[in-house]
Amino acid sequence: MKKLGILINGILKENPVLVLILGTCPTLAVSTQASNAIGMGLAATAVLVCSNIAISALRKAIPDNVRIPCYIVLIAGFVTIVEMLVKAYAPALNERLGIYLPLIVVNCIILGRAEMYANKNTVWDSTLDGIGMGLGFTLALFVMASIREILGSGTFFGNAIPGLANYNISIMTLAPGGFFVYGCMIAVVNKLSHGKAIKKKEFGCMGCPSATACGKLNQADCEKESEA
Amino acid sequence: MVGLLHLDFKGLVILLMSAVFVNNYVLQKFLGICSFLGVSKKLDQATGMSLAVIFVMMLSTAVTWPIQYYLLNPHGLGYMQTIVFILVIAALVQLVEIVLKKYIPALHSAMGIYLPLITTNCAVLAVTILNVDKQYDFLASMVNSLGSGLGYFLAMVMFAGIRSRMEGGEAPKSFEGLPILLVAASIVSVSFFGFAGVIENLFG
Repeated sequence: MKKLGILINGILKENPVLVLILGTCPTLAVSTQASNAIGMGLAATAVLVCSNIAISALRKAIPDNVRIPCYIVLIAGFVTIVEMLVKAYAPALNERLGIYLPLIVVNCIILGRAEMYANKNTVWDSTLDGIGMGLGFTLALFVMASIREILGSGTFFGNAIPGLANYNISIMTLAPGGFFVYGCMIAVVNKLSHGKAIKKKEFGCMGCPSATACGKLNQADCEKESEA
Repeated sequence: MVGLLHLDFKGLVILLMSAVFVNNYVLQKFLGICSFLGVSKKLDQATGMSLAVIFVMMLSTAVTWPIQYYLLNPHGLGYMQTIVFILVIAALVQLVEIVLKKYIPALHSAMGIYLPLITTNCAVLAVTILNVDKQYDFLASMVNSLGSGLGYFLAMVMFAGIRSRMEGGEAPKSFEGLPILLVAASIVSVSFFGFAGVIENLFG
């Protein structure tokens, strides 16, 4: 039952996109079509699960001082594998995801989970956490992409929706629509959780996964920042 | 080098202007959003971060471009691009920090605290990969990096100004904090559509 909790945690209570506010760049960029969102979500999930397993298995072997570079190398390795697989078996998806596919390396969710979860927990728990977080990411991306695709192009998974073809709000598929829909979705989460979900998590530089790695950042500055 | 995109002076100016206004990294391509939302609270922080980003973008392009064309491509190691680039960027950032701390402490205290955050800033990795994807020659790559960095700077400074005005306003309860920021970013991003035709008509 506890194991199931870890899995559900990532999908709902600590959804990386809507509650932890991690991985905003790919979320905004790729969510123009539901099919892109699923592709990106699954690619990131694959990397996240692999990196969580590897980092958690190596957590006693990796020296603490150089852990961030080690994590980046491991993650970059898995991203390269996923990139090659996508190029080989889904060239159309590779075309549409473009630059955002190699950029999974710097997706905060992956480094964030390595730092916050995988280096403290067992391999099995980390695997479940990776799956949960990955599915949560995919789900949030899918919901957001569906909203943008239906409103913006009047299609769903590329299939035209009857009656919507003449009522496109094409700005929804462009950059401003991305920011707007994302803002509204977070507001809905705030409303449903009565402002509890996000208030708890500091936003700003303390919420950044590399915050622990950057001792240079002035602690006082950080606290001011996180009041935002 | 054969097959690379070579631009004349006019082409370079158009490339620079488009990178700043039309293909703005933050507002049109959604790169570097974390730092855009996190560090744009005060104008001086936004400026410091943006200058550090411009510097690191140009430096990493200057280093990764030769690596791609003189080291990876001739040996058929093009697939190692992602892993090599991120490591080079991470190492460069660390190196710059050490050098600045030792020799230019004043600049280090102004810019230094933002440097560690830049390693995981996706805008930097993206600019190095895009330069190779688009097959720009060395000069065009450097101009593109400068333009992208300036675009980031423009977005950060504009948004820092908007945020300082927003502090006085009261948003609906559920929109407080991040959601209203994203909505504001959306409106700023609309304004950048105005530039789309301008650049081509100005120089075309």
